[in-house]
Amino acid sequence: MESELHELRRQLQEKTKEINRLNLLLREKDGLGNLDVTLPFTSADTNVSHPDIPCETLSNASIARYSRQLILPEVGVKGQLALANASVLIVGAGGLGCPAALYLAAAGTGCLGLLDYDTVELSNLHRQVLHTEQRVSVPKSSSAAFGCNQLNSTVRCIPYHMQLDSQNALQLLRQYDVVLDCTDNVATRYLLNDACIMAKKPLISGSALRFEGQLTVYNYQDGPCYRCLYPTPPPPETVTNCSDGGVLGVIPGIIGCLQALEAVKVICSLGNTYSQRLLLFDGLEGTFRTIKLRPRQQSCVVCGDNPSVTKLIDYEQFCGSRANDKEHSLELLKPEDRISAKEYQSIVKEKLPHLLIDVRLPVEQEICSLPGAWNIPIGDIHKEECLEKLRKKLQETDDSVPVYLVCRRGNDSQEAVKALKEKLKDMPHKFKDIYGGLHAWSKHVDTDFPVY
Amino acid sequence: MELVVSLEFSGGAELLFDKVKNHEVSLPARANGPWTIKHLLVWIKDNLLKERPELFVQGDTVRPGILVLINDADWELMGELNYELKSKDRIVFISTLHGG
Repeated sequence: MESELHELRRQLQEKTKEINRLNLLLREKDGLGNLDVTLPFTSADTNVSHPDIPCETLSNASIARYSRQLILPEVGVKGQLALANASVLIVGAGGLGCPAALYLAAAGTGCLGLLDYDTVELSNLHRQVLHTEQRVSVPKSSSAAFGCNQLNSTVRCIPYHMQLDSQNALQLLRQYDVVLDCTDNVATRYLLNDACIMAKKPLISGSALRFEGQLTVYNYQDGPCYRCLYPTPPPPETVTNCSDGGVLGVIPGIIGCLQALEAVKVICSLGNTYSQRLLLFDGLEGTFRTIKLRPRQQSCVVCGDNPSVTKLIDYEQFCGSRANDKEHSLELLKPEDRISAKEYQSIVKEKLPHLLIDVRLPVEQEICSLPGAWNIPIGDIHKEECLEKLRKKLQETDDSVPVYLVCRRGNDSQEAVKALKEKLKDMPHKFKDIYGGLHAWSKHVDTDFPVY
Repeated sequence: MELVVSLEFSGGAELLFDKVKNHEVSLPARANGPWTIKHLLVWIKDNLLKERPELFVQGDTVRPGILVLINDADWELMGELNYELKSKDRIVFISTLHGG
């Protein structure tokens, strides 16, 4: 019975490999047009079990392929076999997940789970280097799996085109040995942390923004977890994402590579990991600094001695923010305080007198702007000197002349209208914002206007 | 006697300090007792912080999501708010990053 099962599993494994190979071929010939339909696992199917036949010897092909790391005494045959039998779940196939996945695939990791809810966009490619121009609008999970398999066809890559949530996380994580946090938002970071504690998996956490990166390993060798360090989530308004704050592509590249390194070390039991240590990388200053962190906290609500959080909770509610870093549209103003891009176009066309204030940063104004716009960055709009300047300008302007505020997407411009209505309530002028900002201008008025 | 310590802000916390990451500061002598991190936070709020204090402090401590380091160690290991500052200490305030 036992050997019969074994044989069936072996056959299944072989057939699965063949299916994957054919799928890859098909996708290549197909120019990837049907990528998501031809891939075997793109649904929210988390019930994908790994081959349970451990690899016990290295084939000649593997010996040749991995020879440069195989001859490291710390790795050796034992380490390479550990890699071949290991499974790593990479959550987020973006700036961190791409380089991490590439190096883990290259190193001969047996199975890589690649999870991302999003699709590839052109503005991803400066840092998400596993994706390509040809794969724009393809699910990132599939694109990453495809890219990894192009580099190393022997790695079993499982794409999960879905959002990780409290319902699916545990079942998925339990199937993997190591988890990489390559996500881009606070809610998913808390979710992953808690799920890793409950599923008893080490969590290798990376993050990056602007020119800085951070790296640490949670829930490993009795070290602390994310909640030990940050029991309370940050106020949502203090969290900046890459879309608003910007990020130099190579920064997450470096952190993602280090996440792959930590995963290899955990899998092969090598050296000192970043458990209870935090790496701070400042690319602008050119500094790497490692700091000692607190130990696991006995009072931690999830990994402490008497945990009160024993089930996954609603993390969007807990953090007060969404589990993605997508732009969302605020509705702070009444419709009468807003005009559409088209309406603004006719105001310009008819040469109606008005004042246009662009509330983006000067660096954004240099990228593109509407003619005649005054610049007052949203961060300065409360400042007395800015208000004084504007007051002076308005005093020279006829009372009936409206003031229009514009920004990139139409959120900051609403904040600005609110602020100015309050701060300059003694002025008779009307303040309105352009709905949807410059993105709407580009979409509805001038399609040649750049979008960033 | 004045106490000279170096302060660093990173991970975006520097944006509240005119984008200046490194500050060498001289703290005036305190009449009653030594300087602690708790006193330092008040001093920073009154003397260094350029805008929106709520993005840096909450109550008498730092806001959630800011990690404090004292000479390259997590402040939890050093007594947190009650740590007594010494001359040439390096205190770092890091805003945790979440992007990827």
